[in-house]
Amino acid sequence: MSTYTTEEPTQVTDAAVSTSTRLSSLDTLESEAIHIIREVVAEFERPALLFSGGKDSVVMLHLATKAFWPGKVPFPVLHVDTGHNFPEVIDFRDRTVERLGLKLVVGSVQEFIDRGELAERADGTRNPLQTVPLLDAIQRNKFDAVFGGGRRDEDKARAKERILSLRDEFGQWDPRNQRPELWNLYNGRHTVGQHVRAFPISNWTELDIWRYIERENIELPSLYYAHEREVFARDGMWRAVGEVSLPLPHEEVITKTVRYRTVGDMSCTGAVESDAYTVADVVVEVAASTLTERGATRADDRISEAAMEDRKKDGYF
Amino acid sequence: MSTETALIESGLRESTLFRFATAGSVDDGKSTLVGRLLHDSKAILADQLDAVARTSADRGFGGDKGGIDLALLTDGLRAEREQGITIDVAYRYFATDRRSFILADCPGHVQYTKNTVTGASTADAVVVLIDARKGVLEQTRRHLSVLQLLRVAHVIVAVNKIDLVDFSEDVFRAIEADVQQVARDLGIGADGISDVLVVPVSALDGDNVVDRSDRTPWYTGPALLEVLETLPAADELESHLESFRFPVQLVIRPQGALAPDAVAGGLDVEAYRDYRAYAGQITEGSVKVGDQVTVLSPGHEPRNTTVTGIDFAGRELQEAAAPQSVAIRLAEEIDIARGDTIAAAGTVADSTADLYASLCWLSPKPLREGAKVLVKHGTRTVQALVRNVSGKLDLGTFNVEETSTLELNDIGHAQLRLAAPLPVENYLHHRRTGAFLVIDPLDGNTLAAGLVKDHPGDHEDERYVI
Repeated sequence: MSTYTTEEPTQVTDAAVSTSTRLSSLDTLESEAIHIIREVVAEFERPALLFSGGKDSVVMLHLATKAFWPGKVPFPVLHVDTGHNFPEVIDFRDRTVERLGLKLVVGSVQEFIDRGELAERADGTRNPLQTVPLLDAIQRNKFDAVFGGGRRDEDKARAKERILSLRDEFGQWDPRNQRPELWNLYNGRHTVGQHVRAFPISNWTELDIWRYIERENIELPSLYYAHEREVFARDGMWRAVGEVSLPLPHEEVITKTVRYRTVGDMSCTGAVESDAYTVADVVVEVAASTLTERGATRADDRISEAAMEDRKKDGYF
Repeated sequence: MSTETALIESGLRESTLFRFATAGSVDDGKSTLVGRLLHDSKAILADQLDAVARTSADRGFGGDKGGIDLALLTDGLRAEREQGITIDVAYRYFATDRRSFILADCPGHVQYTKNTVTGASTADAVVVLIDARKGVLEQTRRHLSVLQLLRVAHVIVAVNKIDLVDFSEDVFRAIEADVQQVARDLGIGADGISDVLVVPVSALDGDNVVDRSDRTPWYTGPALLEVLETLPAADELESHLESFRFPVQLVIRPQGALAPDAVAGGLDVEAYRDYRAYAGQITEGSVKVGDQVTVLSPGHEPRNTTVTGIDFAGRELQEAAAPQSVAIRLAEEIDIARGDTIAAAGTVADSTADLYASLCWLSPKPLREGAKVLVKHGTRTVQALVRNVSGKLDLGTFNVEETSTLELNDIGHAQLRLAAPLPVENYLHHRRTGAFLVIDPLDGNTLAAGLVKDHPGDHEDERYVI
């Protein structure tokens, strides 16, 4: 190796390192996330955690319980309900809230549609409709910081977002005007009307999430694991048959062993064929996967190459 | 489970985290190098590769190199694709069986100082690219200068496009000698923390990126990825420092309102009725139960006490080290709040309200003497007055020019008067407690990255002129 060294080489530290117990990458990520969660709770008046029952938000909540142990998680959880949920996810949400003694705030897409303040899209997908009820709930409850389970490996737009992401009155993200984020010093200052989205697990990958779920023995909604379900093929994905997700006449319904890699609006989330019945199976499956989770299972991210970028600019998570 | 998957899995369970950043311009082939690392370490999944292949074909890229423009793998937002530029630092993730990597991909040509400072502030290593045909340029000197200032633990210089100089050893050795001269001028490596490694690579063809190349037989060192896999992370180095530092984030004091799941899990409610612990992340060094510590609080003389417990989510630890997040219990019932610092006894100097620092100016709004700003240090934010600006660094020549103002991308020296004393330490020796943010009190924006210097008159290393 071509090395430039001086009279005082660094071998001393190398030797010291080899005898120490180094933190694993999961421990390092966990420590970073807990530090961020505590910073936000210390510096903001009214934080809340976006909780959908999806794996990333479940991991976020688990980290929060660890951050404040033996005290309670000191903020409410916020769910933007599209009205197109998988029933087992809503059941899981309610049981979790009960178990941890949390306050649940629900923003309902259906109520906005009923009042005529939102219109159903031609494609039936309600994911993009979540933004309005989300901002309404933030305003109504005066939340000044909202934790999300967004990860930078999910998408190109997320890859450029800060851990603390400042949003204006309209919840908009301005990628060209972000604050530089230095060391582990997070600047959460904001003016009236602005709020901050906080992403403590920004640096986790899908595999990190699953390895952590396995290590910590975290319960998830059952549809993350292989089960039999009536499905039909659409847009190259397996879509569940349900009230809001009906096959067209030419779409054949078959029973398959599937699981979900992401859990979102039933009308746009697809299942993958899988025989991963346990968390250990899923870890192996994800490690060997050749498709990204959003590419494989989210119709809304396939709309255009810049789908996520556009939604984020409009105030999405 | 296939054998290969089993191997990946067993490796990942033991893997450590390593953060690195890249510095260089598009012309140096930085995006191609990043794309190559991601591609050859199999971090790119099929749907991403398909998207890139489609775009490559649409734009007529690729040609005889296999039809894929690797630089497109790191292409970010639509706004950037339309203008063919990179707006901001982007983070990428990949893993080998030894390590998980976080890569901060910093654009080189616009606002290079701002982006390099941002990316390097959290990096264990920075890879600086040099075009083998051009050698060390002013930009290289600037990058190395910033990295030296930020005390990045490891600097790796990748001499790229070595294929375009016919894999010439002479060309490589000449560049290597120039790099070492610049490093020596800057004092990189002189204090036993930083080091500089120089590696010949071809990002386009993959020589010495993931695997060693047989086209550079005169180079006997490791490939770039091998280097990244084996260097100790900054946290590993800093966890061994004697100077335990723990800025208190918040006090955990449930006063009977215990977590229902913890109670359901068998937590003894009576035993935790008077629980009080101080939560934070260890910034350097380590702490054991029984250690003597000093508590630094504004408005108090330093107070000494003993660590009686280290808790982490229901587990009692005997010891903990940087960068662990824990909760610490102390023997004395003393008044401790967010913003206080717990430190190894006998290792801390007094807090000070007179702050001498280097400032990396990150805002389009210039700094003027007399400005009122906020300083965020550890877990405290205090008001501050900029008393004077006494010079800025010419990153190309390393000379200090006189000035009384700092503008975007300038690095200068300033003296600030703080409204309350802070336990600041020289950044040279304490990367965390020596760092602070300068914040605009009007709109809350981050104006500068601050690096604490010793007071003039105190002992100061002559090499660090700024």
